Amino acid sequence: MNVPAAWYLILAAVLFGIGAFGLLTRRSALIMFMCIELMLNAVNLTFVTFARTLSDISGQAIVFFVMVVAAAEVTVGLGIVVSVFRRRSSTSVDELSEMKG
Amino acid sequence: MIATTYAIQWVLIFATSALLILVGAVGVIAVKNPVHAALCLIMTLLGVAVAFVAQSADFLAAVQIIVYAGAIVVLFLFVIMFLGVDRREHIHFEPLVGQRAFAAGGVAITVGGLIVLMARSDWVSGASSVTTKLSSGAGNVRELGTAVFTTYLFAFEATAALLIIAVVGAVLLARREGSTEGEESA
Repeated sequence: MNVPAAWYLILAAVLFGIGAFGLLTRRSALIMFMCIELMLNAVNLTFVTFARTLSDISGQAIVFFVMVVAAAEVTVGLGIVVSVFRRRSSTSVDELSEMKG
Repeated sequence: MIATTYAIQWVLIFATSALLILVGAVGVIAVKNPVHAALCLIMTLLGVAVAFVAQSADFLAAVQIIVYAGAIVVLFLFVIMFLGVDRREHIHFEPLVGQRAFAAGGVAITVGGLIVLMARSDWVSGASSVTTKLSSGAGNVRELGTAVFTTYLFAFEATAALLIIAVVGAVLLARREGSTEGEESA
């Protein structure tokens, strides 16, 4: 018998927490993107766990779409990082303060 | 006690994936060098793929490795090396006083709340097999393909449009404005 779903759900919650903490504390835009990937993977793991628990394929189909959106998000995000780096020679988000009042 | 309740191989698979996921995730937020962070991210993604296989999502595990570890992390590494930002970040410098403590507190409240919610309620139980039942044992490639191309056909077509928009946007963002100005005006 497979381990209970709660084990995987708690693992996903902890992974989401680690990703959120990194997103809040790191200042390099690249590392922040990696932390967003961690949080997306935690949600994917939750979806797959519920798909198994409820024996329904919809959870896995939604994970498929989340992966597509994650790929698009990384493509555009890294394009923005590259174009910001061309002007500022830095990926630190703290230095982007032109709109500070 | 755990080993007598659940089959030992499932416990071992869960332990392996949990170890890979947690070590990799802590590595991503703790190491200073962005290249090392990207390699730790690969470790986490492999752990998630192991968890997918253990829960009969074989196709998603393959996509996880091919798309995430094979494409997204390579894109990260390419950008890191293209920009030359693989120098170390001053990780202990806090621009906002107490930022780390507030972040840790908020995350602890969120994760603790989620775990308490899971432990004390029975919201995990719901109507089972609403769309398509999972096949027992083998992977669910056939069921997943049927669901994506029938029930979720509109979402599937929307992702095609999304990918085209993302590619065009990335090309426009990454293009140097000065070098192509002559071709633009022509």
